[in-house]
Amino acid sequence: MSTSVLLLGLLVAALLAFGLGLSRANALAKKGDAHLHSRAGYYGTYLALWTLLPALIVLGIWSAAEAPIIRGVVSAGLPENVKALTPAEQSLIVGRINSVARGLPRLTPEEFETVRKVRYGFTTPAEAQRVLQERGTVLGSAPEPYVIAAAYDQVELQQRSRTMLTALIAALALGGFAYANWRMSPTLRARNTVEAIVLTGLFLASTVAILTTVGIVFSMLFEAIHFFQSVSPLSFFFGTTWDPRFSAAGGGSNTSGQFGLIPLLWGTLYISIVALLVAVPVGLFSAIYMSEYASRSIRTVAKPLLEILAGIPTIVYGLFALITFGPFLRDMGAHIGFEISATSVLTAGLIMGVMLIPFVSSLSDDIINAVPQSLREGSYGLGATQSETIRRVVLPAALPGIVGAILLAASRAIGETMIVVMAAGIAANLTLNPFEPVTTITVKIVSQLTGDLEFNSPQTLVAFALGLTLFVFTLCLNIYALYIVRKYREQYE
Amino acid sequence: MLKMPNLEIHQPDAVKHDTKVSAQDVNVYYGEKHALQNVSVNIPDRSVMAFIGPSGCGKSTFLRCINRMNDTIPIAKVTGKIIIDNQDIYDPSLDVVQLRARVGMVFQKPNPFPKSIYENVAYGPRIHGLSHSKADLDEIVNASLEKAGLWKEVKDRLNDPGTGLSGGQQQRLCIARAIAVNPEVILMDEPCSALDPIATAKIEELIDELRQNYCIIIVTHSMQQAARVSQRTAFFHLGTLVEEGNTTDIFTNPKDQRTQDYITGRFG
Repeated sequence: MSTSVLLLGLLVAALLAFGLGLSRANALAKKGDAHLHSRAGYYGTYLALWTLLPALIVLGIWSAAEAPIIRGVVSAGLPENVKALTPAEQSLIVGRINSVARGLPRLTPEEFETVRKVRYGFTTPAEAQRVLQERGTVLGSAPEPYVIAAAYDQVELQQRSRTMLTALIAALALGGFAYANWRMSPTLRARNTVEAIVLTGLFLASTVAILTTVGIVFSMLFEAIHFFQSVSPLSFFFGTTWDPRFSAAGGGSNTSGQFGLIPLLWGTLYISIVALLVAVPVGLFSAIYMSEYASRSIRTVAKPLLEILAGIPTIVYGLFALITFGPFLRDMGAHIGFEISATSVLTAGLIMGVMLIPFVSSLSDDIINAVPQSLREGSYGLGATQSETIRRVVLPAALPGIVGAILLAASRAIGETMIVVMAAGIAANLTLNPFEPVTTITVKIVSQLTGDLEFNSPQTLVAFALGLTLFVFTLCLNIYALYIVRKYREQYE
Repeated sequence: MLKMPNLEIHQPDAVKHDTKVSAQDVNVYYGEKHALQNVSVNIPDRSVMAFIGPSGCGKSTFLRCINRMNDTIPIAKVTGKIIIDNQDIYDPSLDVVQLRARVGMVFQKPNPFPKSIYENVAYGPRIHGLSHSKADLDEIVNASLEKAGLWKEVKDRLNDPGTGLSGGQQQRLCIARAIAVNPEVILMDEPCSALDPIATAKIEELIDELRQNYCIIIVTHSMQQAARVSQRTAFFHLGTLVEEGNTTDIFTNPKDQRTQDYITGRFG
């Protein structure tokens, strides 16, 4: 049986176990000679978990281990001359074995018998090719006898493994249920067990995120190390020319272009700075208005409206920048005598700034609201006006938190991709002129990885080095921002 | 100057002062709720007046009318007249900012700004432009801390954060902050409720000294405190002013049964 059918069966079994446990616990309670330790639902869950979990764990391990083990057994049975081939050629042969193995289950019994004859050398391999082709498995040439043999063994092994798995799962589910059912009594601490298991589940869920992060870092790291074997870190981190030269790309040709990070880093930072120049004042002012001046009715309408901005997908901002705002800026520039490129630092920065406004304003709003009312009253009590109070008491008190909010927005800006892909251009210029196109790290990652590529040239591997740089950059910013926000929180609690 | 009364047993009859604050038929509404009903009272200058009463009786509400702090609550509505030095403070032509400079306030919980000790005291003089030079400002800060009895304790660490002081010191810092803008009236809203007995004793001592120069109005939950620091006492109950008079009279010979019950601890 396939994994999904087994899973479904297990779930049904668990539901049944839950129902049985529930009714048994209720019956125990009704008998009334002893007080139940836990509520009936916990007994049901206890039974369901014992039915489900051991079987589920075995199912998971088995499904993960099955394919590699079978592959190992099959390739161990290949002739010596095949094993002596290069890895690339071997993987071709494995591909052929797999496609034959996929074709075998589709054959009728007589056709399968033909293949069986081929496998044991009674007929020519061309026969096998013919019957496979009739059932939709097209092979370039007649398969070698050992390919047929390996595929045949593979299918047989798979079927045997599945039968064993099904039996094992059924046994485990029944055994688990029987054990839990046997243990069930009014004194059984079902609640404690169930809650411990729930706790384990919660813990595992939280480790998933952490492990994923670690996995991402390592995959980036290894590929980046790969990259740095062909390009020196010095010329990557301090080079001022970005010219990866796609045309020269090829297997091991190291005569390929220059990978200077500086223009990309500059573009990234320049656009982010422009974006923050827009987002910080506007966001902060709107936060001050919302939290200090706005009446309740305005606040209930305006705040969600502002937060809708945060819900717009960034690609929509990018489209807006590309189709409407960029050309508009260019035409405006032409009117007043500036030469503004349609894709420029200014276009990308302004649009990204608008995207960041809700980040800054929503976070700052919360932080300003967290400043104790008693400080405001103390200031009013001394005859300060509302604006004096905000400028001299509320904002200084909220400043660390606001800085944290701005840093979070900055790391968002640095990692932003879709807006800059569409609005900033792809030319890696090292320029101070905000009307010219620049490009960013994220844009270059996208463009280096788009199209037909081989993953062993520096042209593509550079994407991982760029990604790692970006990751470290935003990670540092985030850590610093969190540090500041936390320090601020301690002040009032 | 006037003859000082004995500090231990206050003899209010020994000193007669002009009325500083006069309330006439003050009503306060929080939305539908009629929180304060027809309160009329005269508060003399250069003395301490205590407002006592059970929780929710309106004493803090009335206190907050005197510097129009209730303006910051959108649903609060005040009617009637409060006159300070012949000027109705609810007159539309009056600027609330100037009023609050004349009527300082000290709050229940010490609320120093998250700034240095010096900046906390200098805050008021700065926003009102009371000083013309750094030396001027230093002088004001120095004098205010001195009057609040805090100078000796903090003179070597004026640049440390005010929030780093102990609770009692923080409250005296808040008093220094209020004094720095040269108020005529100082309102204190349960200034000792968050403090330990030693800090409380220091604040009470300070109140007694400040009485020589300011009209002080204090809201307190502690009848002992009212008896210790005030010359006159007003008893509030359920939003009305029940009885008002010399502190000794209120505590020894109350006219109203409710006052009698409250000070003997039958409710509250």
